[in-house]
Amino acid sequence: MNKRIAKSGISRRTLMAAGLAGAGALGAGVLAMPTVLRAQERSLKVGVYGGYFKDSFDKHIFPAFTEASGIAVESVAEPTGEAWLVQLEQAAKAGRAPADISMMSQVAMLKGQSTNLWTPLDLARIPNAGNLVDQFVNKYPDGRIAGIGAVAWYITLVSNTESFAAAPDSWAALWDPANKDKLGLLALVSNSFLLEVTAKTFMGGTDALDSEEGLLKAFDKLAEVKPNVRLWYRDEAQFEQALKTGEIPMGQYYHDVTGLAAADGHPVRSTFPKEGGILDSGCWALSRASAKTDEAHIFIDYMSQPAIQAEMSRKVGTAPTVKRELLDLSDDEFASVSSEIDPIIPRYDLYQTKSDWLNQKWTELIVG
Amino acid sequence: MRREPARTLSDHLPVIFPALMLLVFFVIPFGIMIAVSFFQREQGGFYTPDFVLSNYARFLSSFFGGVLSFSLLLAMAVAVCCVVLAFPFTYFLTCRTRRVQIAWLVGLLSVLSLSEVIIGFAWSTLFSRTAGISNLFVALGLMEQPTALLPGFGAVLTGMVYQALPYTILVLYPALVRLEPTLLEASRTLGASPLRGFFDIVIPALRNTIVATLIMVFVFALGSYLLPQILGRPQHWTLSVLITDQAIYQSNMPFAAAMAVFLVLISLALVGLTLLVGGRKDLTA
Repeated sequence: MNKRIAKSGISRRTLMAAGLAGAGALGAGVLAMPTVLRAQERSLKVGVYGGYFKDSFDKHIFPAFTEASGIAVESVAEPTGEAWLVQLEQAAKAGRAPADISMMSQVAMLKGQSTNLWTPLDLARIPNAGNLVDQFVNKYPDGRIAGIGAVAWYITLVSNTESFAAAPDSWAALWDPANKDKLGLLALVSNSFLLEVTAKTFMGGTDALDSEEGLLKAFDKLAEVKPNVRLWYRDEAQFEQALKTGEIPMGQYYHDVTGLAAADGHPVRSTFPKEGGILDSGCWALSRASAKTDEAHIFIDYMSQPAIQAEMSRKVGTAPTVKRELLDLSDDEFASVSSEIDPIIPRYDLYQTKSDWLNQKWTELIVG
Repeated sequence: MRREPARTLSDHLPVIFPALMLLVFFVIPFGIMIAVSFFQREQGGFYTPDFVLSNYARFLSSFFGGVLSFSLLLAMAVAVCCVVLAFPFTYFLTCRTRRVQIAWLVGLLSVLSLSEVIIGFAWSTLFSRTAGISNLFVALGLMEQPTALLPGFGAVLTGMVYQALPYTILVLYPALVRLEPTLLEASRTLGASPLRGFFDIVIPALRNTIVATLIMVFVFALGSYLLPQILGRPQHWTLSVLITDQAIYQSNMPFAAAMAVFLVLISLALVGLTLLVGGRKDLTA
């Protein structure tokens, strides 16, 4: 074992990252090790959300990239939420990068911008970035490129088909007194986006959240949901399990994962409510502590190709960040990962300018 | 036995290593945490080194006061439940043969190998409507239809007592094993019932052990943050849950550090108070 590592000339940092991946998830360690041992001169550590997401990337997406570019990918399981951002930032302060490139949510992208955590990307070296829908290019306030849209996903209204014969068609179902103690909702203001849902459903749109007065009104309306909520979850597995068994028969959840569970035969469904699903997305972002700038640009360019984006929609179940007309997805394939209904776009700006206030109000709302 | 005072370096050596470990892995990190608790929070970002009191000021509200009180009460409830359950159990265990004692202790030790996550998910299944123990009660004709026993305070308390009970028994066991059997024999000769002997002899004789165990379980339970999330409603979330939220999800390290420092100070004060009260009784006894 020692000999093989010495021969292939692995740096201490690569080894530590492999250890990290292994500590983070046993599966990650097992999957990452062979890649480490095979690594040639060129390699890239890529952070993607652990679990089903990472497994799909390891199986369907990364091997083809390695074949096309000669760059070995060592995938790192990153935790959901902003936990990974904190780890990346702390590591960058010490000059380390647990992953060169990471898939980051929009709120995390903005927070990372404030400390210049993301190496600005050079669009001239990413010709395929031109394929992207504009909103998926994440920019610093001064116009430098912080990240390039990797995948998009919807959070929709999900229900257990055995408990609810008819699919709910509106987010208003969350407020229905008949659903007392039946809902599972995300526990944080910055990942549930329920303020936006409230605004779009009852206040005419997310612009209503511009003023503090509007926000307080949304909080008041949201307080009416509390008696219906059985579980405020941080951990996705916790809700997914309860949804499948019908223990908690309704709630908000990720469209892609719910579709996969339904395909596996579980009695669950994901519905785009008439007010629209919540459209969130992840960017590829390069840590400032990483020295793999060249490889990172090649990687991002590869992932921004319409053919690869279509492949991800088919195999991983994510919505594409590339313009619809460039994709060879059939209408059915597109409909299974996305929707024509105007989506609810989260008010990311609020989670930066008012994050502490929102967090405090939110915590008081659900805990109090 | 008289102990010689340590003179040479080699006499001190056994103490130096643990002291060094304590310094590196406890004192220094704790010091860093105290420092961070005074840093300036940058909203939507991280923090900058500074000396501000705003993190502590934010904590001093009726909302966080309520959460802190709940956390302390929950930890006390867990400590009391554990000792009330574990003390008689351990006492009767020490009356069994050595073989039986070893079997029980090994079983208890193996419970310690379960992580908080496994304990949490196992209890959430046991308490669920669809697969839980209420189905068993229905089958036995004790209940009309299966019901969910979580989320709720009872579920949180059960999970946490389950987690802390093996520690409690393992702490009580050495003291109970060493209890002089002649004390009880004397009380029996003087006509006391076994029950009276247990309450009037065994418990007073081990008062200090009981207090020490209560404190240990209390401190252990105070740090719990996973079980309240899995088994409870938001009003059962402990301060540790909110600290985690701030540190991990809001990247607000200064506020998380301030809350953690506050929690440590309050629990130290409570432990100190308990020892003080216990110490006084010793003097008068």
